[in-house]
Amino acid sequence: MAYVAVKGGERAIDAAHAWLAEARRGDPAVADLSLPQIENQLGRAVDRVMAEGSLRDPELAALAIKQAQGDLVEAAFLLRAYRTTLPRFAEALPIDTEAMAVRRRVSAIFKDLPGGQVLGPTYDYTHRLLDFALADAPPSAPVAEPDGARMGRVHDILGQEGLMEADADSGVVPGDLTREPLAFPAARDVRLQALARGDEGFLLALGYSTQRGYSSTHPFAGEIRMGDVSVEIEPAELGFAIDIADITVTECQMVNQFKGSKTAPPQFTRGYGLVFGHSERKAMAMALVDRAMRAAELGEDVTAPAQDVEFVLYHSDNVEATGFVEHLKLPHYVDFQSELEAVRRMRAAALAREPAEIAS
Amino acid sequence: MNGYNFAYLDEQTKRMIRRALLKAVAIPGHQVPFGSREMPLPYGWGTGGIQVTASVLGAKDVLKVIDQGADDTTNAVSIRRFFARTAGVRTTTHTAEATVIQTRHRIPETPLRPDQIIVYQVPQPEPLWRLVPSRAETRRMHALADYGVMHVRLYEDVARFGQVAISYDYPVMVNERYLMAPSPIPAFDNPKMHMMAALQLFGAGREKRIYAVPPYTAVRSLDFEDHPFRPSRAPHSCGLCGASDAYLDEVVTNDRGTRLFVCSDTDYCEARRAGVAA
Repeated sequence: MAYVAVKGGERAIDAAHAWLAEARRGDPAVADLSLPQIENQLGRAVDRVMAEGSLRDPELAALAIKQAQGDLVEAAFLLRAYRTTLPRFAEALPIDTEAMAVRRRVSAIFKDLPGGQVLGPTYDYTHRLLDFALADAPPSAPVAEPDGARMGRVHDILGQEGLMEADADSGVVPGDLTREPLAFPAARDVRLQALARGDEGFLLALGYSTQRGYSSTHPFAGEIRMGDVSVEIEPAELGFAIDIADITVTECQMVNQFKGSKTAPPQFTRGYGLVFGHSERKAMAMALVDRAMRAAELGEDVTAPAQDVEFVLYHSDNVEATGFVEHLKLPHYVDFQSELEAVRRMRAAALAREPAEIAS
Repeated sequence: MNGYNFAYLDEQTKRMIRRALLKAVAIPGHQVPFGSREMPLPYGWGTGGIQVTASVLGAKDVLKVIDQGADDTTNAVSIRRFFARTAGVRTTTHTAEATVIQTRHRIPETPLRPDQIIVYQVPQPEPLWRLVPSRAETRRMHALADYGVMHVRLYEDVARFGQVAISYDYPVMVNERYLMAPSPIPAFDNPKMHMMAALQLFGAGREKRIYAVPPYTAVRSLDFEDHPFRPSRAPHSCGLCGASDAYLDEVVTNDRGTRLFVCSDTDYCEARRAGVAA
């Protein structure tokens, strides 16, 4: 009976998986991609997957990208599902981005500043012309080693004059969205965690919307820096910190105008972005959205999507979003059947009431 | 399975979920936030139900998984395999044999017993979501039992269509206190929830909520005195087993609009056919 064919079954799933594996491999005459190739040559993709997958492990991220055929949201999902099974043995101390081994650092608000402007490996001034030479041979670049000196942050320069809001350590242990469900009002620690894990495209669009009138935060890119920082933990039994890894991060400090309120004089406020790897787009968008979400705290009107904390936090996670959007592929014939009956019933009732009007 | 704990989740996580379940059972129909984990299956595909099942499952349990009433729909197969692989439990398609039944969108036709648990997969635990999108606001409304907006919505349907136009995920009042989303089961199934002998657990993974209806609890579908709740089904008998009391799927059998109506509960249908044949 034809009806049986619409039922899935184990054989269909196995066959689908086998087909998927074949499609993933592609033409066997072409060399198989190695994980070091992905890790080294598709670094921005690896960085994005680590950021949205909330797991800093370039090798596993490369594996996830390979397994997902380059679908970065799927790759982030693979990494998340692995991450959730890992035990926690320690909490890291806050990273010190002033001590970053800086590969890139730019400020849009001071022409020059201590530590200088460091252009670094950026696409900013490339002309977007397809480089056909790249199809064959890679170019080489001169390499400058970081000098290891501490590089002060731009907001501290403004802070010396009292022009920048103070940024004190609240002493509160930051929340963790991956362990405790989101609750509202959500504090800034949890908001920043959600943004750091959030979908780059979603944050980009929201940040962009604040620049077009859907709330305005008057942003200036105070500084953007990218480089390596060390991660330290302080095991209780040792009593001092030990360095466990160096990781690459991108940090963005937006400087935003603030007119002042009853309790605070006019000064600059900040929006903050920090992501794994090299991703200025994400860090900048994150900083814009972080500042927009501070509207209520700073006594500004909450009128735009980017300022609505609940809206932003509930919709920024692409693993959640893709799951729910794509779940529409699952069978819904029971619900659809109930809708069919309801529509037929309502049509019958409507036609019985006013047959001429509706039929015409 | 090597490298993973029994039923995938670690024991700490299961304990956290069981605590949420206990609270949920203690306050029937109340949504309890829980630290939903990222599962190896996508959000929206049953991660809430899977986490609840993983937390209540023991080695001696017999698991049945259905989607749209059927054991052989692809996602039901996938979830059943997941537990067969990670917990090694016995699985079944027979409602009467199962001790734990995970379901999406249906309640089996065969009445459940006190020694059974039914776990619903829930896409949207908040019954008020279409009316009030903010969860901070709906939480306050539940606290105050402020459900006027839902009654107004039902009244508007009656005024416009002469009847309530909700056909699935039809809102229910649990224990006369909490308004609850029964998950997207057809309204036809709602009466089965009322005074059910089995424990009913609801898991919403993406929304990070768990709720429950303990055995023998009153579950009332919202209605009006002059417009009583009417569970509806296609006005036909099953084309395979002849059942006239079961919920039916409508199957299009050719391009001339010919329809075949068959039981959505495949186990029920097969058992009836076996009984008829015997």
